[in-house]
Amino acid sequence: MTQHVTRPKPEKNRLRRTMMFMNAQKPGLIKDAYIYGADTIMLDLEDAVAESQKDAARFSLYHALTTIDYGDTEVLVRINGLDTPHWQEDIRVAVAGGADGIRIAKCESAQDVKTVEEHILMAEREFGIEEGRTLIMAALESARGVVNAYEICTASDRLFGVALAGGDFRKDMRVKVTESGIDIMVARGMMLLAARAAGVQCFDTNFADFKNMEGFENEVRQNHQMGFDGKSIINPRQIRLVHQVFTPSAKEVDHAERLVRAYNEQASAGVGVFTFEGKMVDIAHVRDAQDLLKLAKASGVYHGDL
Amino acid sequence: MINAVGRDIPEELLADGKEVYQGKNHFDGTYVQKVAPKTRRCETPQDGKLCATIREACERCGAHDGMTVSFHHHFRNGDKTAAAVMKVLVEDMGLKDITIAATSLGDAHNNVADYIEQGKVIGIQSSGVRGRIGEVISAGKLKTPAIIRSHGGRPRAIEAGEVHIDIAFLAAATADECGNASGTGGKSNCGSLGYAIGDSRWADKVVVITDTLVDYPNQPASISQIDVDAVVVVDEIGDPAKIGSKEARVSQDPRELKMAEAVADVIAATPYFKDGFSFQTGVGGPSLAANQFIEKHMEERGIKMGFSLGGITGLVCNLQKKGLIKKIVDVQDFDNNAVADMGENPQHFEISASEYANPANKGAYVNKLDFVVLAALEVDTDFNVNVITGSDGVVRGAPGGHPDTAAASKCSIIVTPLTRGRMATVCEKVVTVTTPGDCVDVVVTDYGIAVNPLRPDLIECLDNAGIPHVTIEELKDKAYQLVGEPDPLQWDDQVVAVVEARDGSILDVIRKIKPYTFE
Amino acid sequence: MVIEKSAMAGTLESSDAQVTVEPADDLQISVSSSVLNQYGRQIKATVEATLERLEVTSGHVTVVDKGALDCTLKARVECAVFRSCDISASDVPWGGVIR
Repeated sequence: MTQHVTRPKPEKNRLRRTMMFMNAQKPGLIKDAYIYGADTIMLDLEDAVAESQKDAARFSLYHALTTIDYGDTEVLVRINGLDTPHWQEDIRVAVAGGADGIRIAKCESAQDVKTVEEHILMAEREFGIEEGRTLIMAALESARGVVNAYEICTASDRLFGVALAGGDFRKDMRVKVTESGIDIMVARGMMLLAARAAGVQCFDTNFADFKNMEGFENEVRQNHQMGFDGKSIINPRQIRLVHQVFTPSAKEVDHAERLVRAYNEQASAGVGVFTFEGKMVDIAHVRDAQDLLKLAKASGVYHGDL
Repeated sequence: MINAVGRDIPEELLADGKEVYQGKNHFDGTYVQKVAPKTRRCETPQDGKLCATIREACERCGAHDGMTVSFHHHFRNGDKTAAAVMKVLVEDMGLKDITIAATSLGDAHNNVADYIEQGKVIGIQSSGVRGRIGEVISAGKLKTPAIIRSHGGRPRAIEAGEVHIDIAFLAAATADECGNASGTGGKSNCGSLGYAIGDSRWADKVVVITDTLVDYPNQPASISQIDVDAVVVVDEIGDPAKIGSKEARVSQDPRELKMAEAVADVIAATPYFKDGFSFQTGVGGPSLAANQFIEKHMEERGIKMGFSLGGITGLVCNLQKKGLIKKIVDVQDFDNNAVADMGENPQHFEISASEYANPANKGAYVNKLDFVVLAALEVDTDFNVNVITGSDGVVRGAPGGHPDTAAASKCSIIVTPLTRGRMATVCEKVVTVTTPGDCVDVVVTDYGIAVNPLRPDLIECLDNAGIPHVTIEELKDKAYQLVGEPDPLQWDDQVVAVVEARDGSILDVIRKIKPYTFE
Repeated sequence: MVIEKSAMAGTLESSDAQVTVEPADDLQISVSSSVLNQYGRQIKATVEATLERLEVTSGHVTVVDKGALDCTLKARVECAVFRSCDISASDVPWGGVIR
């Protein structure tokens, strides 16, 4: 009955509002983690897996990746840090299993990304996987990582984004979690600037107290206002709220649809300067509107043909 | 003979006018002649009915070989009365050929399993069988097939004389010397005595057993002195801490919460969700959790619940305290918060099992129920539900009020994960039918929602609300794709239990299971 | 492969299986399961097929199944066998004998 699933080719730019972490060693969790509707599932070989079970987690991960149909949900693998004896085998199994991408834990420099990229390429060659298929994202977990954010963001064509990992970062900074978020505000800002400058996505750290829905909502709203593309989550109950906050309003969708329609009409008529409702409009706004409609469609609030 | 849910019922069970299940509401409008108990006249002034021991009460009530005794299960796993009485009857008095007609039996009654193995207990009639009793029944050790009835089917059978109770032994939190008894106000409270009320009126002899004797008259009383023959005071009738066993806790499990949220969305999409609606949930994780999501929808619409029915939990009482429920109508309490509320809240009412769910009276409360949310061990592609046998074919569950509320409510919702471990919950054919598919309207799983094609009106409601749904076959296919198709269970011919539909017809039989071998 | 020493993989959590392998002259497989009546045959077949793929021809293999899916059973058997040969931590033949 072994029927290997073939995952579609990973998309570098896709909707990633929620990234849900799952212990790769827990069969009960990973067998159908997609049912909660997270955009991305992060199968974790790192912190969630005990040191003595790293090998068992890889066997479990390999069969999960090759037999469970995760559908449209993106499946990434968090590998162990480059300072451990595990990361090379982690890369081999993730690539062999056909994971969409690899999250580098504790990434500190462009060199870290390049090292992982090199091993991914070796694994793609070893296992006959299309070269360049496997994507990379980098987790910044230290002051050094954040300071080097731009070089990290531009280190590889495979790299689709960076994420802040708050736990270790706060330890490095010797700060504690605050309600206002002031503890990691600068890091968030620096990372966002670097990611936008490099044209890659940017994700905020998880909110650990999953019973505090009010605090969580405040943080998610702030993330959205700051320009994050999404957030790491640790409990499926957090998904709905993130998606709600990141979902465009009916007014925004309506405006974007009218803008794009107007542009399409004028473009096909060969009009040079694009005007909308009597005003000249920069072409960048059209792209924004198109992205917004894409997001609205994925969020299930836009059913139109654009 | 094949019945309306496709089960083959052995002809020998169809003696004395017993019929096979022929569909929902088949006997609606027909008449029933009720029986009455044989009652000893007490015309002279009395000193009271106190007996020093359970044995003295048994002797005074003429306990004998071959009799039928009854118990209620309001203390659930904390019950200490039934086991103690059975010990007296079998071990101290040496009685045999006893039939137990209880409202439910479980882990608190494992000594009964011994008495079955010894041939002292020869019949079990119950709305639920768990623990070792279920195992010995499934092993074919009970002399006569057990009879499984719903909470509504049991009072129907008693009132129709299909089961005649010689002595009812009824644990009560408080009682006076004449037998006025209640589930509250004592040291071991269980709240509602709903399942005991009918037994007190239909048994020939009634023994009230309490650990808190109070001054006469003990009013308000659930059980009246006019029905009671003897009162016994014991050290402890039951452990209230074990009423709320693990299944009555509020879930934090994301899978259960996801399903509970979907249940609430379905409810809010129907026309019955309006001010004054009525609602009942089982005590499974997702069923209970549905309460909190319903609350959100009620607040959004600005509506209140008219009454909450059934097994009552503290969650329901809290909703009432918030002003979201007008009345609580209570046949059984599932946790100590509900027990306490029963004792102090004037809008929290006790009803008997017959009032709750009997299909053969002039209209039970379930007939006024808009929604019920229920769990299942299995649901099949005909929407039949099993809540009595495990995937190994062993009796280990309780129909309880499941078949009654599903049949009588306007919208019955089964909520269950698609698979449990490797067990496919949505399957081709359930092991045992306990609630017929024509009573089940919607199935909510973690993988999607299916609506019974018998309810095109509900399908339209879901479509209008933009709630996606699939066919039950699609759910079954997905389940089998995940876990593989199960091998059929290997049965012996011997019938070990008969599952009665709430109307008294035969819904299914449970046979002896063969020991598993790999060959 | 030859089972060189006793090794174990997996847990007794729901949806998991605990597999123990021990060196022996003959091949013996024992399966206990919470879903034995409906899936016992399939569990045993999966374990046998996995051992055959790994070319394990002798050893005592004990499976305590808690409702694991086939992919989990395979992973646990493979890991136990690889651990018994001390080769579970690196250069595992993913997609080769592990498939």
